[in-house]
Amino acid sequence: MKDSNFIIELSNLSKNFGDKVVLDDVSLYIKKGEFVTILGPSGCGKTTLLRILAGFGNASEGEIRIAGEDITDVPPHKRPVNTVFQRYALFPHLNVYDNVAFGLKLKKVSSDEIDSRVRKVLKMVGMTDYEWRDVNSLSGGQQQRVAIARAIINRPQVLLLDEPLAALDLKMRKDMQMELKEMHKSLGITFVYVTHDQEEALTLSDTIVVMNEGKVQQIGTPTDIYNEPANSFVADFIGESNILNGTMICDKKVRFMGKEFECVDVGFGEDVPVDVVIRPEDVYIMPHSDAGMFDGIVQSCIFKGVHYEMTVLTSDGYEIMIQDYNAFEVGQEVSMIVKPSDIHVMVKERVCNTFEGKMIDSTHVKFLDTTFACAECGYEGGESVKVEIDFDKVELMDNKEDGSLVGDVRFILYKGDHYHLTVRTEDGDNVYVDTHDVWDDRDIVGIKINAEHIKISKSAHDEMAQ
Amino acid sequence: MKWLNKLFTKRSSWSIPYFLFLLFVVVLPLVLICYYSFHDGTTGDFTLKNFEKFVSNHEAANTFIYSIGIALITTILCIVLGYPAAYILSNSSLCRSKIMVILFILPMWINILVRTLATVALFDFMRLPLGEGALIFGMVYNFLPFMIYPIYNTMQKMDHSYIEAAQDLGAGPFTVFRKVVFPLSMPGVMSGIMMVFMPTISTFAIAELLTMNNIKLFGTTIQENINIGMWNYGAALSLIMLVIIFVMEFFSDSDEDRASNEGGII
Amino acid sequence: MKKLFAQSYLWLLLIMLYAPIIIIAIFSFTEAKVLGNWTGFSTQLYENLFAGGVNNALIVAIENTLIIALVAATLSTLLGSVAAIGIHNLRGKRRAVMNSLNNVPMLNPDIITGISLFLLFASLGITQGYTTVILAHVAFCTPYVVLCVMPRLQQMNPNIYEAALDLGATPFQAMRKVIIPEIKAGMISGFILAFTLSIDDFAVTIFTNGTDGLDTLSTYIYADARKGGLTPELRPLSTIIFTVVLLLLIIINIRTYRIQKRKEAKL
Repeated sequence: MKDSNFIIELSNLSKNFGDKVVLDDVSLYIKKGEFVTILGPSGCGKTTLLRILAGFGNASEGEIRIAGEDITDVPPHKRPVNTVFQRYALFPHLNVYDNVAFGLKLKKVSSDEIDSRVRKVLKMVGMTDYEWRDVNSLSGGQQQRVAIARAIINRPQVLLLDEPLAALDLKMRKDMQMELKEMHKSLGITFVYVTHDQEEALTLSDTIVVMNEGKVQQIGTPTDIYNEPANSFVADFIGESNILNGTMICDKKVRFMGKEFECVDVGFGEDVPVDVVIRPEDVYIMPHSDAGMFDGIVQSCIFKGVHYEMTVLTSDGYEIMIQDYNAFEVGQEVSMIVKPSDIHVMVKERVCNTFEGKMIDSTHVKFLDTTFACAECGYEGGESVKVEIDFDKVELMDNKEDGSLVGDVRFILYKGDHYHLTVRTEDGDNVYVDTHDVWDDRDIVGIKINAEHIKISKSAHDEMAQ
Repeated sequence: MKWLNKLFTKRSSWSIPYFLFLLFVVVLPLVLICYYSFHDGTTGDFTLKNFEKFVSNHEAANTFIYSIGIALITTILCIVLGYPAAYILSNSSLCRSKIMVILFILPMWINILVRTLATVALFDFMRLPLGEGALIFGMVYNFLPFMIYPIYNTMQKMDHSYIEAAQDLGAGPFTVFRKVVFPLSMPGVMSGIMMVFMPTISTFAIAELLTMNNIKLFGTTIQENINIGMWNYGAALSLIMLVIIFVMEFFSDSDEDRASNEGGII
Repeated sequence: MKKLFAQSYLWLLLIMLYAPIIIIAIFSFTEAKVLGNWTGFSTQLYENLFAGGVNNALIVAIENTLIIALVAATLSTLLGSVAAIGIHNLRGKRRAVMNSLNNVPMLNPDIITGISLFLLFASLGITQGYTTVILAHVAFCTPYVVLCVMPRLQQMNPNIYEAALDLGATPFQAMRKVIIPEIKAGMISGFILAFTLSIDDFAVTIFTNGTDGLDTLSTYIYADARKGGLTPELRPLSTIIFTVVLLLLIIINIRTYRIQKRKEAKL
């Protein structure tokens, strides 16, 4: 057996619900005593991952080890983990004491010991004197404390927390965050915490695991994740950011917003399309001056408590978000500077839409389960081909009947002068679209692709075969 | 043994016993009705004879048409009498008491024979002759609660803000009723029709008691045929009735609505 | 004015609905053979009914009705509750299939249920009697139990079963200690409903009670009425049935009202 100081080892976990891939080859290793947060938007697979860890769902593939022991097929009641559920899941027919004592009673612990342990954990969560209360009469925060007490009384090796604070109001949430952190310190057990709240993740965790679409996007400390996002998704999801299309000219030189900038990134190659991320607080703004790297006009200025948040339209037509302690008036001409080390360059995951397709006849191709007309391309009916469509050549229609297929808008990225949308088709495939039109999350749209924009080439499989 | 344990642990498999039970006492019997109605009772061959007999045998066909007529009259009377009652019951400014609602629903839960005998008693008491009049009165009396309840239920669940929105947009009380309340209560009316029309055709025993055996409805015809051992013919008649239910069900298309109604009777 | 008109309409309908029952109730307190003749107040009919001397068959029928209702309601409650838990955990198409199958017995007119079960028992060569009647009653009562238990499961926090497992309960312990207490109220309502439906049934019973003369109250009344005229003892009996049903319904309604009140109080 491999000797390791990992308490949890998840290797190559995958999970499908029918055709839908919920977890796609997730591997995760968690050290003993760590506070790990799994962070991602709803539907990213984080809750599924937690449920698999707790034993409520089975992985389609992969292996789970806790403290070195393979527990992939161990039922939940025999796992050394306990869970704090999103909506507490207290047993409504039992009072506080019986809820907390539930696990110990099942283990046939003597009633004296149960008594002292219940008192101890209730004291720990600040719920002394509530033993005989009906759980339904408790406030959300109190219910949450009981739920935590009920889980930690069993002295699990790992405590799983499924968005435990989501149902609380802001103030309560902040207080509970601090208490959870304290509890983690004093208990010394491993916490695996699931949330969609990036601020919560940054505040609480030792390690953050960012997930999207069933895949791990980045694993790192809060500082790493914030300062060096691995891709545009992470950059957009964690904190505020300006994300722009750019080109890496050569090492330490990147071009975006129509200008060349010095940066610190190397090893991308030459003339490679990249995403450039600049945090709003990293842009230095000043009255118009020749010292600036680029100029613009202030479009809006909102006071945010500590700082001002401004949008500036640059002379090349890009909108940039800036946070600064000084306010600039709307309409004022300003200049801006960005330090090379504050320009974060990331490889683009894709530069155009790519699909596997099959020719129906020489002018029709089938992909995404839909037949599209295409230009004559020299391939015969029945041949497998690779289909490519540029992001800006996909048209979105208000009426879903107007498109050849229907999808809903899942992820919107503002790129300074246009939006980059991820549109999920009804079959669960993603189509990426660049557009100037404004769409909202979850809008249902018709997807239309004109014949002349469908680029067809030899299928990747064939190339490999030959 | 392990898979058995897994089967038990997986709670969705707890529906399996009931599924098998339903197959045995619901699906299989319905299949049998189809089987019997397309087979000859003596030779056991496939035949359409039973249906031909229904069409050519004037007595059964007449009873069938007569039953539909009676059911139509009953249904219409139930709507005419029941709709205003449901409207009043659901309108808090006209009727506050929940006890009223319970009083209207209560008769649903009394044995239909007892209710019918009570009607006969009433006619005896008032020295009125039994016959077609008694039949229709008895049917309306028996099934009126089944019309009132679903309509009341839909109206009760109706979002009051629709009415307020209509008033806000300038609709008078009559317009509000015609354009908002009435269309929104239609699902309830459809459920009511289903719950009155079919039982009227299909009940047996009721008609004879109300008419001193002078008038027969379709349900009685079916029952008599089964009783005298004409299973195949009786099954064919049952199948005809099932087809009507299926067609009506298809057009009313309010499964869910009724399902929730019936769950909520208590 | 409008309210007065509306109220009087309701009362008029109620008088129509209740007149027959009230007349029977009134005339159950007189001895006259023919209904409508008042021969002075008497509880003789009630005494006859309970003494059993006049009508032993009637007493047997009442016993049969109660035994069948009790057994059928118990079985339906068990089967229906287990089924409801199962259906609640089904997803997608399978759940839709189970729900529609569950609706079929409720949509079928009684006569179809009766005939189809008769054909089933007859073609399988099963002797009809107590067992077949009970089986038939379970068949049409269980869907209602499922409908009573289902809402309780839907209101339940979906995580509490998992929470129990998480705390070390085996699936069986989780069911007994967490799920059953949660759906108990629905099971009781379902039991009462099934009991009432079973007592009430006529059409299904008459097709499945066989030829050995197994009579329930309904079939007894039917046979009696066909012989022409009401046995006078049926008047007190109808009155009693009416009162019992009334009481049962009041109990159910108070229960649901209380549960609702409690729920509101929680909010």
